[in-house]
Order: sequence, then structure tokens, then C-alpha cells
Amino acid sequence: MSVTGVGQRVVGRDAGDDPVAVPTSPSPRPAPVVGVLALQGAFAEHIAMFAGLGAEAREVRTPEDLEGVDALVIPGGESTTIGKLLVRFGLDEAIRARTADPAPAAEPAADGASSEPAARPLAVWGTCAGLILLARDLGDSGSTVGAPQPLLGLMDLRVRRNAFGTQLDSFEANLLAPDVADHPVPAVFIRAPVIEDAGPEVEVLARLPDGRPVAARQGRLLVTAFHPELTPDPSFHRYFLDLVTA
Amino acid sequence: MTATVPTPVDASVDAPQTSTWTTKAGLARMLKGGVIMDVVTPEQARIAEEAGATAVMALERVPSDIRAEGGVARMSDPDLITAIKEAVTIPVMAKARIGHLVEAQVLEALGVDYVDESEVLTPADDRYHIDKHAFRVPFVCGARDLGEALRRIGEGAAMIRSKGEAGTGNVVEAVRHLREITGGIRRLQTLPREELMTAAKELGAPYGDVVRVAETGSLPVVLFCAGGIATPADAALVMQLGAEGVFVGSGIFKSGDPIRRGRAIVEATTHFRDPERVAAASRGLGAAMPGLDVAKLPAAELLATRGW
Repeated sequence: MSVTGVGQRVVGRDAGDDPVAVPTSPSPRPAPVVGVLALQGAFAEHIAMFAGLGAEAREVRTPEDLEGVDALVIPGGESTTIGKLLVRFGLDEAIRARTADPAPAAEPAADGASSEPAARPLAVWGTCAGLILLARDLGDSGSTVGAPQPLLGLMDLRVRRNAFGTQLDSFEANLLAPDVADHPVPAVFIRAPVIEDAGPEVEVLARLPDGRPVAARQGRLLVTAFHPELTPDPSFHRYFLDLVTA
Repeated sequence: MTATVPTPVDASVDAPQTSTWTTKAGLARMLKGGVIMDVVTPEQARIAEEAGATAVMALERVPSDIRAEGGVARMSDPDLITAIKEAVTIPVMAKARIGHLVEAQVLEALGVDYVDESEVLTPADDRYHIDKHAFRVPFVCGARDLGEALRRIGEGAAMIRSKGEAGTGNVVEAVRHLREITGGIRRLQTLPREELMTAAKELGAPYGDVVRVAETGSLPVVLFCAGGIATPADAALVMQLGAEGVFVGSGIFKSGDPIRRGRAIVEATTHFRDPERVAAASRGLGAAMPGLDVAKLPAAELLATRGW
């Protein structure tokens, strides 16, 4: 399999299948804490998947809840609802501040000798609605149908909402994602979006048989148009935990 | 299947499958923590979406008007459903009468995202519900207790809502039915395995589902609460009691200020464990819908008793 980009992804993962081994002596890195945005949608399913891998995951409903988390999952749900609530509760600005590249102007706790690791940008994974929210652009932005869709705009993606039609067109498929798993990964698409265009910094991780991209990564940001949290296969959750600690 | 891109070849990657159980029950999972609002016009649908609804229920009359006007309540006009579908991007649900499989077929043909086989409409069949497994569209059904919920799931419902008493603006029946369901689940969890068959008999529910509920401590599908929610505090109440989301029927568009009330109920549903936020959401909403004392309703006017 050809691993493109992200060369060092496999660090500390030689033992293969063992989910998120508790770091022993050679790797002093603390286990990551994953926040799961819990405004609305399938957040409990993500938390259960991370728990199954031995990782700590907690609900995030306010900007204060973002403190102490190393990563954030924006789950499936209704993108207009989640987008509006993000803005209403000030989470959009809080997430932008935490994902900005130079370490955020963290509180001047000012005890210089702090042994804390330098704050790194928040790793974020958006599934389905989360993919829409992370994109910079909507393919249907010219449409007058529906309420305005607030976007975080963190990834160089143009996406199309409800790209497959109505609920009757929701589907399950097995996808090849060689950087993520050495087997076909079961994927559930529910009123799903699709990536129409991706910038040069975006690495496509999986495509539909017709070639359309449905999983992608840009640095510490990951998106999937489908729902790994509705399947028994934790490959994408494990991949995200690796991405967080990489 | 003709792959036109150089994806690695793997025979185990098969053709996509639509309308699987996972996609049907999965859409309800995406609606969790949200508010599904009854709307009777495209304009109301837009207001609901703007307020933060996760889906709308398209119908001709809200339950309080059905109650007031009487007569036979049927599936809505397809033109209305289509107009509402075209007005919003969130999922659109619509109601079919209990047992009216052709109304359900029509709704599927219209491309609604969920069919509600609903006691709010006048039943078309006084003994049998629709075989919902036979449809590609997913169904939500009402239930007053665990047995009724598991019968509907056995027939293929991919989402359950506790019934409450629609169109009353009175949350007491919603609470009663929700507690019946969650309490029924807790009781099953305490039973030794040899008692589960008799429990299934007494519940009037499929044995396999009874065993599964006893083992997992939850329904195999998402559980929402409906029928009488009129305020942000009502919504937070039923969420604290174990609902995974709420349906609000007459409560929004029969109130003084639907957009503010809609937003407030959405916020209270998200922050249901945070009294300060529920308090903030409850300020200045204007008049709630007028309510009815359910205990004073004649038995013949109760909607929740419809369902077999």
C-alpha cells in the first residue's frame, strides 16, 4: 500500500492491533483526551467507540468544555442545527482559536517553568455534518433553499450537502482506505455530503467506486462523509487517535 | 460496477446497499439531542429550520387543531409535503394513518425522509399496524409503554417516540409514557433469564427483543418524547428522564412568538442538564400555547389509546 504524505504516522504503533496501549517508558506522551461535540447528533456513539479503544472521551457543549481536550470530534447530526448552535454558544470562535497554527494565546498562567507540553493545535475530526462544518465552501452555496449554513471553514474543501438525494438514497458500502486500514472499511452514508473539490494540502484517504472523495486529511484535521461510529469497525477512530498523538 | 479510478482492487468491496436497517435506524441517531417540529406551511418549515430544528413534520393541521375541529384526520396533501420538502434542507417527516399502508407508500413515493405511523391521525385499521419492514423509507411510531414500543420495533419501526397526549400542551402524559418505557427497561434488567419469556408474554412483545433490551438496557432504536411539550423546561424535563430528543407539535406555532420559542426549546434540549441555560432560554418567550387538562378529556377524545 502506498502511504502518501504523513510519513511518521506509524510511530509507536508497532504492536499493531492493541488499541491505544498505555504509554510505557519510551513514550512519555500522555494519553489524549478527546472531546466530542455534543450539541446534537450521534455523539454518544463516538464516545463509546473511543471508550472501546481505551481512550478518554468527553462531551463538549460550551467553550469551557474545550479546555483540557487535545482533540475534538464533530459528529454526525444536522449540519444547519449544529452550525447555528456553534455560533449561538460561541463555540465557533473557540474552535477557530484552538485550531490556529501558532499556539493559541493561552491564558498567561505565567508561571514560567511550566513543564506543560507546548499547546498544539486542536486535532479535529468531522463526520458527515462535521465534514460540512469544517469545509471552507459549499457547492450549493448559490442555493436559496434552507436556512444559512454557518461553516468553520478550516479545511480547503468544497462540499455538497445531501449529495446523494433523500433518506431513500442513504447507503452502506465497504471502502478501501489503505492509509487507515488494511481491510475494506464498512461505511454508512446517511443523507451524506461529498467532497467536490480539495485543495493541494488535502490528502484524500478514501473514495467511492465512482472516484468521489469521501475521506480526507489536512494536517491535524480529518473528515469522513460517512459514519464509522455506526459500525463495529474502529479503524478510523484508531487512525484519529494516532493523528492526535503524532 | 465499473471503477474508473485507480483504487486498489478488492473483491470484498461490493455494491452499495440502500435502505438497510443501519441507514434507517441511523438517521434517527443523527437527530438525537434535537427538536423535531410540526409545521403546516413552507414558511413555518423555514422558521423551524432557522430556529434550529433537526427535522420537521409536515402536516395540514397541528394536533390541537385536529382536536378542536374533529372529523377524520388523514395524510397531508402531497403538494403541501412537496412544498415543505423544497423549502428546507433538514429531513422532512410526514404522518400516515395507523395501518394505512397506501398512505405510507405515497409518502415513500414523495421521498419523505421518515414516515410517522401516527395516532394523531384517525386510524385506518383498528387491529393491525403497517408492516414497516416492507418499506424502503424508515418509520417512527408512538408508544405508551415498553410492550407497545417493542411491538412497533418488531414490525419494523426504526425510531420510537413516547406518545404523550398530542395537542394538549400538557406534559403529564408525555412523562407518564416515557417513564413507562424507561421503567419497563429497568425492570427487565433485573429479571433472571428464565423469567424473560413470561415477561415477553405479559408485555406482548417479541421474546428476542425482550432479551436484547434486558441485556443492553436500552431500546434497539432511538427513543424520542412527544405529546404535550410546550416550554423549554418541558423539553429539558423529558431529556433528563431519558428521552434522546423531542417532538414539539402544537407547542411552537400555537405560541405567541414561534421563532423565539423554537430557539429556546432547541437550546434547552441541548443544555438539558444546565438549569442556568434553561432559565436563560425561558425568558421573555411570550404566551405558551393554551393547555388542556388531560384528566378532563373524555376517553373518546384521547389520541394515545389508538395503537394495538
